[in-house]
Amino acid sequence: MSDRALRAPLDRPNSYIGRTLSRAGAKRAVAGRGRYTDDFSLPRMLHAAFLRSPFAHAKILSIDTSQARRQHGVALIMTGAELAKLVTGPWIGTLTCFPGMKSAPQYALAVDRACWVGEPVAMVVARTRAEAEDGVERIQVEWEELPAVTDKATALDPKTPVLHPELGDNLAFRKTIDTGSVDAAFAKADLVIEETFEFGRHTAVSLEPRTLLAAYDTATGKLTITTSSQCPHMLQHVFAHTLGIPQHNVQIIAPDVGGSFGLKIHTYGDELATTAAAIQLGRPVKFVADRLESFMSDIHARENTVKGRIAVSKSGTIEAFDIDVLSGAGAYSQYPRTSVFEATQVLNITGGPYRHKHYRARATVVYQNKVPSSQYRAVGHPIGNSVAEHLVDQAAYQLGIDPIEMRRRNIMADDVYPTTSASGIKLKDLSHQRCLDALVDSMDYAALRAEQANLREKGVHRGVGIATFIKGTAPGPRGYYGVGGAPISLQDACVIKLEPNGGVICAVGVTEQGQGVDTVMGQIAAATLGVPIDSVRVLSGDTDATPFGGGTYGSRATAIGGEAVYQAARDLRQEILQLAGILLQAEPDALDIVDGTIVDRSDGRQRLPLAEIGRIGHYQVGELPNSVQPILSHTRRFRLVDDLYIFTNGIHGAYVEVDTDTGFIRLLKHWVVEDCGRVINPQLADEQVRGGCVQGIGGALYEHCLYDEAGQLQNGSLVDYLTPMASEMPDIEVVHVQTPSSVSELGAKGVGESGTGAAPAVVMNAVNDALQPFGARVTAQPITPQSILIALGRI
Amino acid sequence: MSEETAQIVLTVNGEAITRTVAVRQHLVDFLRTELGLTGSHIGCEHGVCGACSVRVDGRVVRGCLMLAAQADGAEVVTIEGLTDTGEIADLQAAFVNRNALQCGFCTPGMLMTAAELLAEKQAKSREEIRTFLSGNYCRCTGFQAIVDAIETTLAKRLEQR
Repeated sequence: MSDRALRAPLDRPNSYIGRTLSRAGAKRAVAGRGRYTDDFSLPRMLHAAFLRSPFAHAKILSIDTSQARRQHGVALIMTGAELAKLVTGPWIGTLTCFPGMKSAPQYALAVDRACWVGEPVAMVVARTRAEAEDGVERIQVEWEELPAVTDKATALDPKTPVLHPELGDNLAFRKTIDTGSVDAAFAKADLVIEETFEFGRHTAVSLEPRTLLAAYDTATGKLTITTSSQCPHMLQHVFAHTLGIPQHNVQIIAPDVGGSFGLKIHTYGDELATTAAAIQLGRPVKFVADRLESFMSDIHARENTVKGRIAVSKSGTIEAFDIDVLSGAGAYSQYPRTSVFEATQVLNITGGPYRHKHYRARATVVYQNKVPSSQYRAVGHPIGNSVAEHLVDQAAYQLGIDPIEMRRRNIMADDVYPTTSASGIKLKDLSHQRCLDALVDSMDYAALRAEQANLREKGVHRGVGIATFIKGTAPGPRGYYGVGGAPISLQDACVIKLEPNGGVICAVGVTEQGQGVDTVMGQIAAATLGVPIDSVRVLSGDTDATPFGGGTYGSRATAIGGEAVYQAARDLRQEILQLAGILLQAEPDALDIVDGTIVDRSDGRQRLPLAEIGRIGHYQVGELPNSVQPILSHTRRFRLVDDLYIFTNGIHGAYVEVDTDTGFIRLLKHWVVEDCGRVINPQLADEQVRGGCVQGIGGALYEHCLYDEAGQLQNGSLVDYLTPMASEMPDIEVVHVQTPSSVSELGAKGVGESGTGAAPAVVMNAVNDALQPFGARVTAQPITPQSILIALGRI
Repeated sequence: MSEETAQIVLTVNGEAITRTVAVRQHLVDFLRTELGLTGSHIGCEHGVCGACSVRVDGRVVRGCLMLAAQADGAEVVTIEGLTDTGEIADLQAAFVNRNALQCGFCTPGMLMTAAELLAEKQAKSREEIRTFLSGNYCRCTGFQAIVDAIETTLAKRLEQR
């Protein structure tokens, strides 16, 4: 069949590609009929609660569970030592793609020693959660407090205690990228700007906490885990191997997931313990983290200090970046994805939009007595973007060049791709120049600058921020997880089937957390096949029903999973047209499928309803020649071949007002120009961008896991940990520039994280733009009113 | 030690309910576990996130800050009840059309709050809508689509009066 005929469905008028359709899941949720893990109950179900370490670092001298065992309703108590006997392990969170990386063995429940406040130590399983918590209160632990390592800046000092003595020091990982000649570039630069940046630890705060319901069928040996997860197949592997159950006997079901943001791509000891209890007791056991537990045991992210320098010529040409990153990993490297990605990603992407040739970047990742940090939405990008974009702005100010013009002089031209960044990553299909032009139009840049100048005279201090970015999406198998040895599939797959009634079942390995993955997969399948959207049902989030895949993380669902759907649907379409050709005695190329009907390609004359192919293909196969055996079920897998990621790009603008008396920041407006390749559903893409931006703004202005010197988390509640709320957030305008990816036929790139990656940079730039006449600047996130007043010398 | 309990008689979504409850049980736990009304969600259990918002005697309250025992004699409406009566069918349709939800976990509470705003039958600016929602946490949408959906619904309702 000709290439043109195959591509035609995507380019047709009324195609589902590029069209806004609402989500079926949304209709369920607004009626209160969402089905989240905690909404499921099973007969004889029990509830788990955990005793967690009250100390950042302490030896467990003894655990006395005798009183707790007598507590009403308690069915089981398990300590770390008891659990360790039931499972393989301990886990070690290293990957071979990070040479020299070290991490200590980590037990699901602490054995002998706890290494952060909130580390699970013992589990009580009881009839109700309340009774389980009563049991936890009656466990007596004798602790011996040990000195805590909290400050990453001194973690490698010889006088700092070593958290895991077997590692020799508190170093997790070091990495350097050096193009060479960086010192020379700085030596001959007309201008060098140097700054130190702080990024506060924060966390995902999904509204639905981590939740898991495990049930073990003692007759068949099958383990079924319903859990709020982004990555069912990865969990299947980890639970199977840790619990010693054959992987094919483990079913992971991710029903409606109440927010995830990377938090739910990880494995957690309390979830493993809950599952072990279900197996031991032969009864279903549920665990729901409460909010304090979420703050104390969900992965954290972003705790980084970056020293950054930029070398610039008088004409405003960026010659070099030089960055030194110090990253706080927490107590262990998170198994199996590790805790060194954030720093690694900062090295990859800092200054990524620009043409400079000289780049040196060093990362040092250290252990400390805090919650393990790991991948959270837009890993590393908020840090790398904030550093580079701040330095570019400051250089522009000093040279008297407008920030837009500064970027125009330095961003990569749209016609240079494929190319390689100074950091060594391959870049394809980007559009910095078009995006910059679109942003200038969208925000009416000149008018904003005029208004800003006008208001300055009246004592109102507004700032205009610009931040351009690249974003790594849809990771490939030769980058990290795959080649590094993690049990995470970097391909993704689709099984698509034609049912007897002409309906289509489309099972995918990528998962839905409300972004609209199911809707988008359905749109791709329907458009490619030529059937009405209502005749396609998408299955996701169940390892028993879907082909093996990586799930949804790293902005990969549409770019990787969508391409698998496209290719599988194309195969099914081809088979349908071949069968139709036999039945109609026509050339398959002369036929088409439109709106669920086989038609003549030339004039659109209707020939056969798709249901007829379904009926004959399944029930009346005797009507076909002997040599023809319909399959009507097609599988395709898709992965990147040589690329580390599908990089995307875009640019943000922000308009803010800073009250120089109180330090309060008001966000007036936010603009995004985004190039995520071919857009499948514009509304869903826009809302990913908006939600992502607000999550990034949270990190820039509010969110901070505060620890004291003893390693005590100070703000583990939604009262004390500030998040973005409706009243503080701006409206966000989103514009798309579409440069289809050349690595897939569909041409989609990832879109879910880029807002989070770029928003902190643009907000910080806008605030500093407002502060510029005062000679003040802020470089620590979250930017608090206090930090503004300190920068202004008011306090 | 066995649980201290209390008998409560109340109306939930128009249905008369009599139950014996643990005196320490929150209203939202009672609704979810005893009555199977899982549309009300538990997000923080300290009254900040708004996911557990339900209507008690005509006012929106936090289901995690009220004990089930305190609801004795009360008239409780949850998202399921609000859906069945059709009171906010227009708002729900607007949420779906505008994609004013992603994961949907905050949505029942958000709709409860928005229903209270709509019931005031007063024109509101976007700013005022945002302020009205300031007790409901949403991590997914960035709030703009929610504000849009409420603004649209309010405008239509005021037009129809």
